[in-house]
Amino acid sequence: MSEIKQKEGQKKSLNKIVSDLTRPIKNHYGFTPWILFLLTVMGIGLFAYILQLRDGLGVTAMRDYVSWGLYISSFIFFIATALVGMLISAVLGLIGVKWITPISRIAEMIALGFAMWAGLIIIFDMGRPDRVLNIFLHGRLQSPIVWDITVVTTYVAISILLYLLPLIPDIPFLKKTMNDQPKWKQKIYKVLSFGFKGKPEQYKLIKRLIRIMAILIIPVALAIHTVTSWLFAATLRVGWDSTIFGPYYVSGAFVAGGAAVIIAMFVFSRNFRLKEYITNLHFDKMGKLLVMLMLVYLYFNINEYLVPAYKMKLEDEPHLMGLFTGKFALMFWTVQLGGLIIPTILLLFKKMRKPVPSLIIGIVVVIGAFFKRYLITIPTLLHPHLPIQNVPEEFSTYWPTAFEWTITMMAVAGAVLIITILAKLFPVMPIWETAHEEGITNDEMNKFAEGKNI
Amino acid sequence: MKEKKHPEKSSEKKSTSRRDFLKKGLLAGAGTVLAGGVVGSFNAFAQNEDTIYVLGSDMKVLSVPKSQVKERNIREEDQMQKEGREGIPGRKWIKVIDLSKCKNARLCMAACQNAHQLKPEQHHVNVLRMDRGGETAPFFMPKPCQHCDNPPCTKVCPVDATFRRQDGLVLINNERCIGCRFCIAACPYSARIFNWTEPKDAEKYKNVEYDVELNVPQKKGTVSKCLFSADLLRDEKLPYCVTACPNGVYWFGDENENAVTNGTTKETVNFKKLIKDNAAYVLLPELGTKPRVYYLPEKDRLVPFTYEGSTEIKKEEH
Repeated sequence: MSEIKQKEGQKKSLNKIVSDLTRPIKNHYGFTPWILFLLTVMGIGLFAYILQLRDGLGVTAMRDYVSWGLYISSFIFFIATALVGMLISAVLGLIGVKWITPISRIAEMIALGFAMWAGLIIIFDMGRPDRVLNIFLHGRLQSPIVWDITVVTTYVAISILLYLLPLIPDIPFLKKTMNDQPKWKQKIYKVLSFGFKGKPEQYKLIKRLIRIMAILIIPVALAIHTVTSWLFAATLRVGWDSTIFGPYYVSGAFVAGGAAVIIAMFVFSRNFRLKEYITNLHFDKMGKLLVMLMLVYLYFNINEYLVPAYKMKLEDEPHLMGLFTGKFALMFWTVQLGGLIIPTILLLFKKMRKPVPSLIIGIVVVIGAFFKRYLITIPTLLHPHLPIQNVPEEFSTYWPTAFEWTITMMAVAGAVLIITILAKLFPVMPIWETAHEEGITNDEMNKFAEGKNI
Repeated sequence: MKEKKHPEKSSEKKSTSRRDFLKKGLLAGAGTVLAGGVVGSFNAFAQNEDTIYVLGSDMKVLSVPKSQVKERNIREEDQMQKEGREGIPGRKWIKVIDLSKCKNARLCMAACQNAHQLKPEQHHVNVLRMDRGGETAPFFMPKPCQHCDNPPCTKVCPVDATFRRQDGLVLINNERCIGCRFCIAACPYSARIFNWTEPKDAEKYKNVEYDVELNVPQKKGTVSKCLFSADLLRDEKLPYCVTACPNGVYWFGDENENAVTNGTTKETVNFKKLIKDNAAYVLLPELGTKPRVYYLPEKDRLVPFTYEGSTEIKKEEH
């Protein structure tokens, strides 16, 4: 008697899981204005980029001394944010952390959106994007740019697999519940099912493949951001000529990505009405994780700034003093205190790890992370070894122009658009894994999927 | 017309020198017309200027102002590219800059900008006013590309658009450059510049064949830098900046020959002795870039500091 009841309860639960997780795909409320908003932002950016193509990079505020600006600092920010996919679904997944089930796919979506657009930002920054193929025709292995392109594309490829593989067991549910959806959508589902029938050996194979990808992505993800840091550390510039740039970047990346996941968790739990799945427990855990990540990053920050500041070499002095008390002091201390230290302290309190405070802290940390990359890129370029002379005044200052802001915003909107589209095509969390955690067996799931079919 | 080295045709050249000369003249004419762009643009030149007749590619005789006639480099472009990449065998070019002589005349900057079709704010060589603080007087320091033996810029280039040749010159191929500006970030001497917008007189030089040893015509979205006037070195001439200097600042020569020549006085001296006797130094030696530009110390500085000459960037004349 009790056994039957329990089973009925589970059946209900599976029914509920499927309908809860597929509802946002069908429900288009608010979707169209949001997409239109993103497309408008991207349209403005695209127009600005076309003008930039016509007139050259002179439309930016970059000049011969500050020759890398907002684009490159945004590029590091995008790569950084994309790294969270590896942290959540690979590292935490492999060590068997259970609470990540509802957020691992969200992290993977963020990774995909931002990694893809990071590659495009590099194109926006190129003086001759028409010659991009030269990298393949004349590529030289000595150049960190070639390493960067190699690892970014590898990371995108593995991220796509890490997104698609856990999606396959969900497809039967989608096929069954989505028969009122447009044909092209159903076609996508049909292709992506790869003939998955829910057989035990198929589950075994999928799980093994996910595991292999999760292991593979760890060195690739470490490489992608370490190499990104080497674009700077490989030069003889004050402020970049650092031996800890690799780990400094990687640790900073997890802070940006962790905060981005918190924001996405909030949006999906409210907008997609998934509060029962992304619970206060998840915000609490992510808050704690972010505290740990921020403390590690703080440690690297202390190393990166305190040691050179202690020595205060003649060459370092103008750069460091510019950050501590000079032209960049306001931004530097706002980012370090407001974007790192204060959020760390706040998140130590349980109350601050509730959804709404976490969201606010997450937004602040992400904005801080964005401007941190700005502070890594620009001040160094304004302090070359030899003085800036005999050039117009604008050569010795830098603040991004409207072109740079709108083109960067196009990239941000583009990354969010990819996340939105993925969230509208597929469930934002794995149905099968969620069902497994509820104690539902594969057999029951197969029966459910087939039963609906009849 | 000066004969240029052309290894493949050298034997043929002897027997057919007259025909060759005519061919050169024809090509020179065609090249000049192309360089001038549309014929209408010649109206811009002064009417009373001496003109010269050249044979155009359409077999019409054209009259061109004398000042606009330039020798056309008739070597094939890929041959130019190949030779430009390899450099001149047996040479190790070296530059010595005597800081005690520089009076900020800036004729080197003007000559350089003229040769490389640069805008007033673009410098392959830049005369910096160096101020070491304290009681010492400031001094002027011409700063070209240092043509490092361990160049940080060529290492980072993803497409081998900037390269170091066997004669020690670090050049750039602006037909391959993708404009990533990694080399600009990597250069500790800030010796590299970028064509952020359409280069000077882009329309005029549109059809001019690219010369990798002169890096002209400049191209939008690519990097440019000092080339030690590699095109002149091939003709055994001193660089543009070196001969333009009125104050005897520049010595230029070959490390293998151990001789450098002063661009102003044309005096040739022992290179090793010159740098030893004057305690020459290189810029930022601690970075390990091994520059090929030596500086003779800024002795005999004026206290209080005064100088004659313009601080303005000289505008080019057309």
